[in-house]
Amino acid sequence: MKRLLLFLPLVIAVGVGIFLAAGIGKDPTKLESARIGKPVPAFSLESLNKPTQLLNESVLKGEVALLNVWAEWCPSCWDEHEYLMWLSKEKGIRIVGLNYKDQRETAFSFLGRLGNPYDEIIFDPKGSLGFDLGVYGAPETFVIDADGIVQYRHVGVVNKRVWEEVLLPVIQKAKGNS
Amino acid sequence: MRYVQSAFLLLILCASGVQAEVREVYDFDTRAEEQRYQNLIVELRCPKCQNQNIADSNAPISKDMRDQVYRLMKNGATNDEIVGDLVGRFGEFVQYNPPVDKRTILLWAFPAIAVIGGVLIVAGVAMRSRKREEDEPALSPEEQARVEKMLADKDQ
Repeated sequence: MKRLLLFLPLVIAVGVGIFLAAGIGKDPTKLESARIGKPVPAFSLESLNKPTQLLNESVLKGEVALLNVWAEWCPSCWDEHEYLMWLSKEKGIRIVGLNYKDQRETAFSFLGRLGNPYDEIIFDPKGSLGFDLGVYGAPETFVIDADGIVQYRHVGVVNKRVWEEVLLPVIQKAKGNS
Repeated sequence: MRYVQSAFLLLILCASGVQAEVREVYDFDTRAEEQRYQNLIVELRCPKCQNQNIADSNAPISKDMRDQVYRLMKNGATNDEIVGDLVGRFGEFVQYNPPVDKRTILLWAFPAIAVIGGVLIVAGVAMRSRKREEDEPALSPEEQARVEKMLADKDQ
């Protein structure tokens, strides 16, 4: 019994090691969204393309879609745009844009240079919908199911790895449910 | 020389212009309200710059959060409602003080568990050694005789 007790420090060290190892490699800047499983907050904002047209949360209903938060001033948005173009053109994914704290002119020049992968773009110059969604840094990409419920939030650039390993499984699951 | 001096002066002035923080100004009716606002914003954590509270952070998101705290306060929300509103948007992360509930009870109770555990171990060790002293006389009669003999030998 006494002998066994001598192994106690080893057991504790291994236990703490396993516990701490689980945290290694996790990016602490990526936070779980508080909105997962909840509907997209109600909003009424202008469409970027048609200033007279007001969009609301129903624009995200009916089909599984990506809600991509972007702005011209956001460097990573330039990086991921090509991939979003590919997703929309080649994969036929419905992408709704949320133009976040940007201006119309700069947003148009961005789309003019890189192309427009968005089915619809919500113009949110004050960042009010962004705030309700808990956006803390563009780019962010939400997966919204056909009922308008937030299924997932990805913070950072969307690329091949993120698409294949993270977003695609969530989308497939969302499609399966509805 | 004068040119150098004035250029230097200009440089200093420019630098201070850059340094000066542009902070929004909020109006409060009473000193107590302002204090309540201050207490709230130092307790809330900026999701972008994760080691700062929203009072210290210059990130745009922190400004939005301060605006929201102020707006809710003006609407007569309680502290819990304000914190709850921001937690509902950004998650529990924005609270420096996690609430005590089923998931966090271990976190909160761990210091107490560690202290009680330590006290128990120390008490156990102390009691055991005291018991040993009482149970076993220090020396058996033979040993005692030997000690006395040795001491007597030494005296000679």
